[in-house]
Amino acid sequence: MEVTSIKDGIIIDHVDAGTALTVLRYLKVDPTTTKLALIMNASSHALGAKDIIKIEDVEDLNLDALGLVAPHATINIVRGGGIVNKRQPGLPEHLVGVISCRNPRCVTTAERGLEQRFHLANAQRAEYRCDYCDEEAKL
Amino acid sequence: MAGSSVVTLDDIPTSGIQSLLDKARYIDSHMKEVAGTCNGRVLATLFYEPSTRTRLSFETAMLRLGGKVIGFAGSQLSSATKGETIHDTVKVVSQYADIIAMRHPKEGAALVAAQASDVPVINGGDGGHMHPTQTLADLSTIEARFGRVTDLTVGLCGDLTFGRTVHSLIETLCRFGNVRFVLISPDELKTPQYVLDRINGSPTCSYTEASDLTSVIGDLDVLYMTRVQKERFFNEDDYLRLRDTYILDAAKMALAKPTMAVLHPLPRVNEIAQEVDADPRAAYFQQVRRGMLMRMALESSLLGDELPGYEEHNDIDANADTKEAQD
Repeated sequence: MEVTSIKDGIIIDHVDAGTALTVLRYLKVDPTTTKLALIMNASSHALGAKDIIKIEDVEDLNLDALGLVAPHATINIVRGGGIVNKRQPGLPEHLVGVISCRNPRCVTTAERGLEQRFHLANAQRAEYRCDYCDEEAKL
Repeated sequence: MAGSSVVTLDDIPTSGIQSLLDKARYIDSHMKEVAGTCNGRVLATLFYEPSTRTRLSFETAMLRLGGKVIGFAGSQLSSATKGETIHDTVKVVSQYADIIAMRHPKEGAALVAAQASDVPVINGGDGGHMHPTQTLADLSTIEARFGRVTDLTVGLCGDLTFGRTVHSLIETLCRFGNVRFVLISPDELKTPQYVLDRINGSPTCSYTEASDLTSVIGDLDVLYMTRVQKERFFNEDDYLRLRDTYILDAAKMALAKPTMAVLHPLPRVNEIAQEVDADPRAAYFQQVRRGMLMRMALESSLLGDELPGYEEHNDIDANADTKEAQD
């Protein structure tokens, strides 16, 4: 399957099969207004099946959430039709404005204007916890 | 420490906690000398939910240091009823007061307050999340009884799943090291894995789990009892069954060491029989006094007000401990 068919943009490969739309939601990419292609449930040697997301003409996409929502993904940066950079998503120390705390007792559910903030509590388990209430992040 | 806020005990280095313990012991034996330490200072107590012990403890601590107190008790008395945010209330109050102690039912509220405030904020409990000054009271009580907070076998009994005081005490004792924990609970209320991970992460601490208090009480130097909180259960039958699992009475105390100390964050329901109160090993009312002393140490330290006559690492009046152990 050809994955370099965009000219300038990002290809997120090896997304767990069936989760591409979820990944887009966490990356805050609106599929109704963005030039993108989704390939879902493609064959994969490594994963058996995978999704692929191709996004054309993106400048400053915040990929912080990828390590959490697509831990097996590969990020390909495409310039002029060729891949100029390939990397795995990392686990940033902090996630700001990416995921929301599910704890109904958390102050973020009541205080207006409070940004959702999480910190990496355990890198081995890719475990993030809310800065405010310490509840574990759930997708 | 001066000028900073205390949202969790992670905000204070272990050496700072030791310093607070030293100061509390000094204050206990030099009440007259420290009575003017915070002259002219104003503490604001912002208590958005009911509390008798904690609020009065913070306020008494400041009054005993020579400062004054303003504040409210109950969110119905605050601008929260008009829809004001925690941020705005604290920002305003920090223009009036030199230091703030806050209790709020929402978890993480203390961090919001600390970020908004222009003066130090002390977390007086944010829902089921953190209550750092309770842990300071616990540590001070243990130190008053044993002269140390290490090389002890510490049993924690009751609700070990939801009990924030238990988790905080375990995590803080792990920072000092050399503690053997005995975790006594029914299967439904066992210690969460992340707390066990913290013990496992300490090279000198260890734990065992038990469900029968009588079989392990003889091994313990400290027995920390907790209340099974009704609000944690959806099912009243489950609550009633688990509430009565462990009741400490004179018969169980007869199996314990003569030097064991019984702690409880209070309020108790029925988990400690009143007959235990007269036992010299009952330390839970002493614990309340130690809490006030630690809040005096904390408030003066965060304000940067030095205790008259106190020097770091000075020789503390050893009679203070002996006196309390005999109370």
